[in-house]
Amino acid sequence: MFSINELRKDFPVLSNHPDLVYFDSTATSLKPQVVIDAMSHYYTHLGANIHRGIYDLSESATEAFEETRDVVADFLNASREEIIFTRGTTESLNMVAYAMGEDIVGEGDEVVTTLMEHHANFVTWQQLAIRKKATFKVVPVDENGDLDIDHIKNIIGPRTKIFACTYVSNVMGIINPIKEIVKAVRAINPLTIIVIDAAQAVPHIKVDVQDIDCDFLAFSAHKMCGPTGVGVLFGKKSQLSLMRPFMFGGDMILNVAVDGSTFQEPPYKFEAGTPHISGIIALKESIKYLQHITFQEIEKHEQMLSDLLVNGLKEKLGEKIMIMGEHSKFPRVAVASLVVQGTHPHDLADILNDDQMCVRAGHHCAMPLHTFFKVPASTRASLYFYNTEDEVARFIDSFVKAVKIFS
Amino acid sequence: MSLDIYKEIILDHYKHPRNFGQLPSTQHKAQVANPLCGDSIMMELEIVNDVIEDIRFSGQGCAIAMASASLLTEYAKNKSLQDLTMLTKDSILELLSIELSPNRLKCALVSLEALQKAIHTYG
Repeated sequence: MFSINELRKDFPVLSNHPDLVYFDSTATSLKPQVVIDAMSHYYTHLGANIHRGIYDLSESATEAFEETRDVVADFLNASREEIIFTRGTTESLNMVAYAMGEDIVGEGDEVVTTLMEHHANFVTWQQLAIRKKATFKVVPVDENGDLDIDHIKNIIGPRTKIFACTYVSNVMGIINPIKEIVKAVRAINPLTIIVIDAAQAVPHIKVDVQDIDCDFLAFSAHKMCGPTGVGVLFGKKSQLSLMRPFMFGGDMILNVAVDGSTFQEPPYKFEAGTPHISGIIALKESIKYLQHITFQEIEKHEQMLSDLLVNGLKEKLGEKIMIMGEHSKFPRVAVASLVVQGTHPHDLADILNDDQMCVRAGHHCAMPLHTFFKVPASTRASLYFYNTEDEVARFIDSFVKAVKIFS
Repeated sequence: MSLDIYKEIILDHYKHPRNFGQLPSTQHKAQVANPLCGDSIMMELEIVNDVIEDIRFSGQGCAIAMASASLLTEYAKNKSLQDLTMLTKDSILELLSIELSPNRLKCALVSLEALQKAIHTYG
């Protein structure tokens, strides 16, 4: 069992704003001091560029950098050759679309995603389909916000080249039964490339790429206590060996001549240019930090907070409040997108801001899902392990007060 | 600070919008949306001799968007088109009698944009 009050001391933003209620961790999580220190350590003690420097400092920097690859590989149950560093989930997904999608998707083929995606895992595939004159198909959700696995079976076919799906919804917090979904897709078309957006999964639950059996999986460091500007793309060895490099430049080449060039092996051939060295070094500290708390404890604490929040709001506001995905048959992380008839999320968020509560108002980069629920926007409270019961109680009071102003 | 922007006048116009609805028939109308917030305001005008004889608005939005639309329709009635095309961001803030952060300013200006777009449909 961990002590939240002790853990909270690890987060300078919380110490610097003692009255702040930070319920926007789905947008980005706060960072513990160890992660900040690791970034600063690179700039103050190493400083040199990685790879090919024949001096100690560069070798130390390379070592610290490459260590993160091992830690990430271990974190995902992958091997180090399968871990590509990017700028974030969005770049990871776009890399698959450009480096693989462009080659394998042709006219009349199908590219499939779901209605509950973040725009990064929706528009990327929609645009690929448009470029290649392929059919773009979307797996719907039911009235509870759940993906219908039987429907997936009706949508995937022999011409489905890519299936992209989120692990955890950034709006509803629903944890999709991803293993079952992958199995269903593979049963129909074993050749379909399966891409998982795990941006909202890695902060909250244990992710195992071998168990999921996906071809690609993408996430960002900054939502899991790591720095912004760092992302990961996992790609199965067999897939990476088929994927052509998408960005060209330094670091990714073997030999360059006027009449042609040869490239490094994966993952290096997908990492052109100088990366975010300090951020990638710091990512391993964020992973170690979460592993030290353990995902069991994180899940347990979040579940407790989530129950308090949902039950408290329901008790005070009753039928007036709708929480997107609350009736899901699957487990959910501590994310609650709130809709109250007659109030607009921007107004609510403005009032909440007066009480030093950070929430997000809008469509949270998931317009198709909001359109489905016939709401233009929602007010999203997203919690993490560093939030407390007291904060939930304060939030409920402020939220109810805000709703009363407008009704 | 935000509570200041939700003054009685704003809340009153939000809860009881004036001139809300549609005109029986008009050729002079325009809709403007702010997709980021989901604000969407339609303005409908009845114009006689370059003057707004009647006006209605419809749509949805936050308190700032709805109140500014409501206040603007009250203001615009019986005003000349020329006067109304001269209205600026500051005129709206004056009508609302509040100050707004850049984020919320967009909400306040959706209705002005719709009104001026509707006026442009008049030869």
